[in-house]
Amino acid sequence: MNLFLTIVLDGLIEASWLFVVALGLTLVFGVLKILNIAHGSFYALGAYIAATVVTASAAHHLPPVAGFVAMLLTVAFVAGAVGVLLERGVLKMFYGRDEVVLLLVTYAVFLILEDVTKLVWGVNPIYATQPYELFGNVAFAGLYYVGYDLMLIPASAAIGFAVWFGLNRTILGKIVLAVIHNEEISVSMGVRVNRVYAAAFGFGVLLAATAGALTAPKISMQPGLSSDVIILSFAIVVIGGLGSVEGAAVGAILVGLARAASVHLMPQAELFVIYLIMAAVLMIRPEGLFKRDTARRI
Amino acid sequence: MRQWRFHPLVMVLPVIAAALAGRLLPTWTLSLATVAASNALVALGIVVLARTGNVSFGQGLFFAAGGYGVALVANAWGVTDATLQMLIGAACGGLLGLLIGPLIARYSGIFFGMLTLALSMVFYGALVKSSALGGSDGFNVGRPTLFGIVFVDPREADFMLYAVSVVTTGLAGIVAAILFRSEFGLVSLAVRENNLRVEYLGLSANRVIVANFAIAAAFAGASGAFALMAQRHIDPQFAYWTTSGEFVFIAVLAGYQSVMAVYVASLALELVRSFSNLYLPNTWQLVLGLFLLAVILFLPRGIGSLWAGRARKRADPVPDGGGAP
Amino acid sequence: MTAVLSVRKLNKRFGAVIAADELSLDLVAGERISLIGANGAGKTTFVNMATGYLKPDSGSIALDGADIGRRSPRHVARLGISRSFQIPQLFIDLTAAENLAVAIAGARSEALSPYAPAEARGRRALAVGLLERFGLGQQADRPIAELAGGVRKLIDIAMALARRPKLLLLDEPTSGVSAEEKFATMDRVIHAVASDAATIVFVEHDMDIVSRYADRVVAFYSGRIIADGKPQAVLRDPDVRRYVTGGLR
Repeated sequence: MNLFLTIVLDGLIEASWLFVVALGLTLVFGVLKILNIAHGSFYALGAYIAATVVTASAAHHLPPVAGFVAMLLTVAFVAGAVGVLLERGVLKMFYGRDEVVLLLVTYAVFLILEDVTKLVWGVNPIYATQPYELFGNVAFAGLYYVGYDLMLIPASAAIGFAVWFGLNRTILGKIVLAVIHNEEISVSMGVRVNRVYAAAFGFGVLLAATAGALTAPKISMQPGLSSDVIILSFAIVVIGGLGSVEGAAVGAILVGLARAASVHLMPQAELFVIYLIMAAVLMIRPEGLFKRDTARRI
Repeated sequence: MRQWRFHPLVMVLPVIAAALAGRLLPTWTLSLATVAASNALVALGIVVLARTGNVSFGQGLFFAAGGYGVALVANAWGVTDATLQMLIGAACGGLLGLLIGPLIARYSGIFFGMLTLALSMVFYGALVKSSALGGSDGFNVGRPTLFGIVFVDPREADFMLYAVSVVTTGLAGIVAAILFRSEFGLVSLAVRENNLRVEYLGLSANRVIVANFAIAAAFAGASGAFALMAQRHIDPQFAYWTTSGEFVFIAVLAGYQSVMAVYVASLALELVRSFSNLYLPNTWQLVLGLFLLAVILFLPRGIGSLWAGRARKRADPVPDGGGAP
Repeated sequence: MTAVLSVRKLNKRFGAVIAADELSLDLVAGERISLIGANGAGKTTFVNMATGYLKPDSGSIALDGADIGRRSPRHVARLGISRSFQIPQLFIDLTAAENLAVAIAGARSEALSPYAPAEARGRRALAVGLLERFGLGQQADRPIAELAGGVRKLIDIAMALARRPKLLLLDEPTSGVSAEEKFATMDRVIHAVASDAATIVFVEHDMDIVSRYADRVVAFYSGRIIADGKPQAVLRDPDVRRYVTGGLR
């Protein structure tokens, strides 16, 4: 029983930050129809910026809470700004081209950001552990869990709910949904699609960076972070269905649980299982578990 | 007429010349050129396959399969001959390609790409956790020989590897050039444009795709053998998605019209990597990324479009959709 | 006279839409048959089932006795049925001759050659020859992207002829062709096909074309055949006038 609970909790903790990253990726695909390979780079960017802010606030003897909040705000701001600039400045130049072309453009951006992070933060591992103690330790089913880890679960659920609510219950959200479903008609209805693009991309990478910031206290920041995260979030998004918010959630939970289960039960299977699920989904139900119903275009 | 340019005996000459030219090159250029030739081989396979409209983002699968296959055979049975190792690598890749090809041939466009990516990562995941194969550290192999000759002098050994890889890649290029101009090559292009019409004409689009896929897999497997020989070490990184990405990078840079362009692109990549590592450490990816953006922007059909003289209008490497009634 | 195509009690539904309802039909060798009917009457569904693109829910279709209802388009083509399309299905970036070369490659029973050049003299002569039957010899080396819709239509039909089919199905061969060109186009098609003595079935909406070129007319409505016979008789049939051609007050 204990093992089962451990797997479930570990899985959900993993799923939490994975969901936030995947959500950003799936939104960007849904609105802009771009598979953003550089998405993982923004995760890394968020983690690195968080580290810098946390270290700086610790150096100024600010309480850990302040450091935590400052880190989240800074990351959101910087990532959002960089995202919008990237979309308007670089991506825009390649719109209208084939989807594979845009994929390669984001791959180029990924390469560029890889070195940018190396140049700014160096190649040695960096840590930002201060916020990790903020929530103490929690005893649960005979085991001790770090409060911070458990906090991630409701935090990401809240983010997910906020995005869902924003998309489905607000006017702005409905405009975004309209662009997701049929851009041509949206344009003819007077929607400023350019702005929706910029906002969606900015928000998408903001989510990735926020996930990075949230996990920064638990990990070490070093080169290679982005390439691992992007492929994992990619798998989630494919499993759940490109462009689907619910899919991102289900996919993240599936991957998180699969990871936790294999770590505890069969360590050799860990990575292998996740990509096997991805391959299986692609073969059996390529649109993912949550297919987006699209009307047939003539 | 233009045809004489494509006669096999004529095409072999520059290959021989390039191989012999290695004698004159300094050592650092020699190893650079060897890596470039070996990478070009994988990229060439991607180009061959891309002409059917399917871009493989997972050639690392066959690259690693070739490398591991050869490494295991070399260590188990003491096979050290370079040409033999190359052939084993090609066979490992090609056989795996024939096995997997039929399973994925019916997927198109971005799904095909994602599937190849997923499969390569499945392999990576399995390799990383397999203690029998050294896990994420991999394992070492001995020096390659050629026709029984052991090369003690490192300069000679480097030249031998250079020559074998250049000749192999050159021959592969000749095969590709002949293939492109053949009936099979024409039907491959047709599959890319309208695979349904191809079926209505009594041809099997799937079989064409599988054949091209197996060729690309064999090329990647052979290249894996070369990488193994050069590094004398194999590890799961061979199958990682960034490795596959680099090969696609070269293919995109080259474009899909000229075999020569693939070599030029691969060489350009290695030169950029070496020079930026030399003068500005930690910038070669930055430079490459900018370079890729520039090529996509200004040379959408790749470097090859600079001299591929045909008036044939070709838009982006992979067209949108298919075209069904 | 043996039937080239034997259709028995063919049924096909798409949800609530009945595209084929107990369809039975016999086509005789050498006939020129026109299929008429309003949009949605089931003509194209019939063509799709006869070429293997759709599988009937029940019933059978046989070509010279061989059952083709469950076969794929590739098999059906190899058995001797070729079709052209309402919207030409061509390889846009290739030249006209190259398009024909692909069709010719499909017509041969040997495997595709990985070394013999596609432009080799023998193959090219065949491709250009087919184009010349439609008066398009001059366009041989022009990419399809540069050619007009009417020309593309003809190339589409030429490709269907590459394998000398027993049964040629033409889906609206003159649609998209300007009014003054229609007869010229149809003349070209019939003339080009004449030497192969195939059975020709063409789906048409233009009754002038129908009355001029068809020996036999089959009228569809709601997945059923409501009239079948000589053009003059069918076109005067009250049901046909009510459901297909209009003009019944």
